[in-house]
Amino acid sequence: MTQQSIADFGKTLARQPWGLWGRQASRITRIELRRNLLSWKAGWVYFLAFIPAVIILIHLLFDAHQVSTMSEDTGILAGIIQLYYIRLGVFFGCLGIFSRLIRGEMIERSLHFYLLSPVRREVLLLAKFAAGSISAIGLFGVAILADFALIYAGFGAAGRDYVFNGPGGGQLGAYLAIVALGCLGYGAVFLLLSMVYRNPTPAAMLVLGWETINPVLPSLLQKLSVASYLRPLMPVSVKAEGIFALLTVQTEPVSVWTASAGLLLLIAVVLVYSCYRIRTLEIRYTTE
Amino acid sequence: MNDRIIFDNVSKFYGEVLGVNRVSLSIPPGITTLVGPNGSGKTTLMNLMTGLVQPSNGTVSVLGLTPSNATEFFAAVGYCTQFDFFPRGLTGWQFLMDSLMIHGMDESVAFQLAMESLARVQLGDAAGRKIAGYSKGMRQKIRLAQAIAHHPRVLVLDEPLNGLDPMARAEFIALFEELGRQGMHILISSHILDEVDRISDRVILITGGYLIAEGNIHQVRQEVREKPMQVLIRCDRPELLASRMFAINHCVEARLHADGKGVFLRTADIDEFYSMLNGIAADGLVKIEAVAPADDDANAIYQYLIGSDGSAS
Repeated sequence: MTQQSIADFGKTLARQPWGLWGRQASRITRIELRRNLLSWKAGWVYFLAFIPAVIILIHLLFDAHQVSTMSEDTGILAGIIQLYYIRLGVFFGCLGIFSRLIRGEMIERSLHFYLLSPVRREVLLLAKFAAGSISAIGLFGVAILADFALIYAGFGAAGRDYVFNGPGGGQLGAYLAIVALGCLGYGAVFLLLSMVYRNPTPAAMLVLGWETINPVLPSLLQKLSVASYLRPLMPVSVKAEGIFALLTVQTEPVSVWTASAGLLLLIAVVLVYSCYRIRTLEIRYTTE
Repeated sequence: MNDRIIFDNVSKFYGEVLGVNRVSLSIPPGITTLVGPNGSGKTTLMNLMTGLVQPSNGTVSVLGLTPSNATEFFAAVGYCTQFDFFPRGLTGWQFLMDSLMIHGMDESVAFQLAMESLARVQLGDAAGRKIAGYSKGMRQKIRLAQAIAHHPRVLVLDEPLNGLDPMARAEFIALFEELGRQGMHILISSHILDEVDRISDRVILITGGYLIAEGNIHQVRQEVREKPMQVLIRCDRPELLASRMFAINHCVEARLHADGKGVFLRTADIDEFYSMLNGIAADGLVKIEAVAPADDDANAIYQYLIGSDGSAS
């Protein structure tokens, strides 16, 4: 690529109506957030997000809490994040949220309203992805906060000290980052699957299977997994014993930054391909 | 800027099923009616025009724009589809405002356009109700309101009169007429030919995915030479007129009007027919009150060219 062509490309980019696209994207995101979070269909995503909080609340109310058991509870919370949220809650929550964004509207036969509006299809897709991400990260982020607060609330001053003066705050930040990256990663994958397949659920089950066997795959193939990037970010390791060995991810050790950048690169690649798919998407509701 | 809708050798195949084949059209401003039986390719043509489906071959442009440039294209085009579905849970007002807001316009401008559009389709009172509770006619109205709200220069209407009562149909037709007078491109597909016929400047006949005829309705009718044209002549002595026309061996069929004050005459050469009719009138034998073509409407052309079974004759 010559310097001239790079300069031309730069000028072309500068001429694009970024302000208009930004306004359109923000309005689509608002509309989609309303649909994602305020419809009765979102009920089961709320259930997936907050059921651990309900269980921890019962534990808080009915079990005795002693400072000596705090490290045990810390391990349990790490297990809930890795075994439940990443593998099940976030996975199926994102499947519900993100596969609805395009395919759901095709099933409800209302996608044409968007495709007939003066919005570039790439802007539409990215705005929908942003709405899905905000919904998923918001729901699961609040759920993790609730879990965290409830698990240490029973330890009184010791719990507060662990959170505000000890390693608790850092762990909470790491969990929130892990869940956010998980939502973005699975979200991008399910958004794409929903455009490729009429029913993305069987394909999603294959993804779940792939994620499960991923630790035993060659290192190159391990990079095609969302969970494998999240494992190095876990602040508290979970012992892989018994049945849990299938659910905990044991991958090659990589740095936090490499894992985060790798996952973000994977998300970017999936989104670029999704943009290509939506440009050629046709509305043929009779085949839905 | 190009002011036409252009289909250049456009074909669309759904797998092995033909949608439309090698359609070339150049549609000027005004009201154009797409006529054809179910499954003839009318909706496919409209979907191709608006990018909801992609052509297998050929190109489509509207005022020089293509749907791939959505920002400019859909600012100029409004499409009222046949799909009777809406985003869930919305009121008519929310639906309209959401549609306008994603254009990127200010809320105050969107508000004004939404109000104006609701008034145009006379749905103001029901705007606050959920669309799920609307009648079929009201859903048709809110779809039309959404299609015209942003003041498009091209309006595509797929069966816009379906589900409307006669009063609402008349209102819609009047609205289309008004929009057509304002210089807008209006492309209508409809089965209710009698009503759209009155306002159409042009007709496009399509069947089985093939273009059969296009152009001004009267011109198209005259080109259907194997079907002699029928003319209704209102006069004081219809029997005498019919016998005179037969005597000069020009008519192929004559039928008295039910009220006895006119006669339907069929002729293979309409120009010669009018010339002879003038001669008869000048002779003073028959006092002619009115002369009007009886079968140069879209309905007749549809019957002659396509037939009731949907096959081209």
